[in-house]
Amino acid sequence: MMRRKPILRVTSKVFMPFILIFALYVQFHGDFGPGGGFQAGVIFGSSFILYALIFGLHDVKRVMPAAALEVISALGVLLYAGVGVVSLFVGDNYLNYNSLAEDPLHGQHYGILLVELGVGMTVFSSMTLIFYIFVGRGR
Amino acid sequence: MAVTAIGILRMKNLFAVVMLGGIYSLLSALMFVNLDAVDVAFTEAAVGAGISTVLMLGTLALTSREEKREKKPAHTIWLPLLVVVATGVALIYGTLDMPAYGDPNAPVHQHVAPRYLTDSETEVGMPNIVTSVLASYRGFDTLGETTVVFTALVGVLILLAGRRRKEDENPTLEELEEREDEV
Repeated sequence: MMRRKPILRVTSKVFMPFILIFALYVQFHGDFGPGGGFQAGVIFGSSFILYALIFGLHDVKRVMPAAALEVISALGVLLYAGVGVVSLFVGDNYLNYNSLAEDPLHGQHYGILLVELGVGMTVFSSMTLIFYIFVGRGR
Repeated sequence: MAVTAIGILRMKNLFAVVMLGGIYSLLSALMFVNLDAVDVAFTEAAVGAGISTVLMLGTLALTSREEKREKKPAHTIWLPLLVVVATGVALIYGTLDMPAYGDPNAPVHQHVAPRYLTDSETEVGMPNIVTSVLASYRGFDTLGETTVVFTALVGVLILLAGRRRKEDENPTLEELEEREDEV
């Protein structure tokens, strides 16, 4: 499969960085344009899935091992919940971002950015890992 | 969309069914764009048309491509038809009470939506109201959703990835690493 299909190989290789950049754009620009953690995570994950479809599961696992994905997915939830705990510690309600910075608006901004990052991490790693497992079963 | 849905129902070739399912998702993504719900369209296009199609194909690779032919239907069509028609009638009866579509006085538009629309600029300071509702006003919901995604992953891991480890109960570390490489 790898030797044949040069068109697929070349185009997917060319598209990979653009998909990744687009996912990051959706992730960090979600407060201004459409998008957010979930969408970004899915796009990020689908780029890895595309790579796996063209080059095979073995190659993509060298870039992103399954063990790392397990850690990332747990870290995402932890990040989200941790932001809530931090706002508890600075003397506010759980997940109230107003107190994360001097200025409530900045606090909201940081809070949303971190929380969306957590969502993105979990969604990305879950999608990719579920794909790994499904495809890996046939062997 | 209706044509694709009917096509999915009538086809026996599962590969074509999966492809039509992807097309159906793409069409509904277009529908969401028409309704100005770009965020939802994003998700539908990426998850519905992209990832779930790929997962279906992965499942097809494990099973067979053709649907099994039934010799004769195991049951008559009348009972299911009755259930479906009754449910449909009940649902349509339910919509009679609802306010007209797009009515500005509908309860949905009077409850918290005006506050989100007018105050989120000063309270949260995000131009995209969808994001501020999702991540700030409804932060607990989104935390729950993230946990659901994580739980789904854990479930799949337990169900599908755990099985292989049962073959020998106490593998050494080297064996585990080897197995990791093979997969």
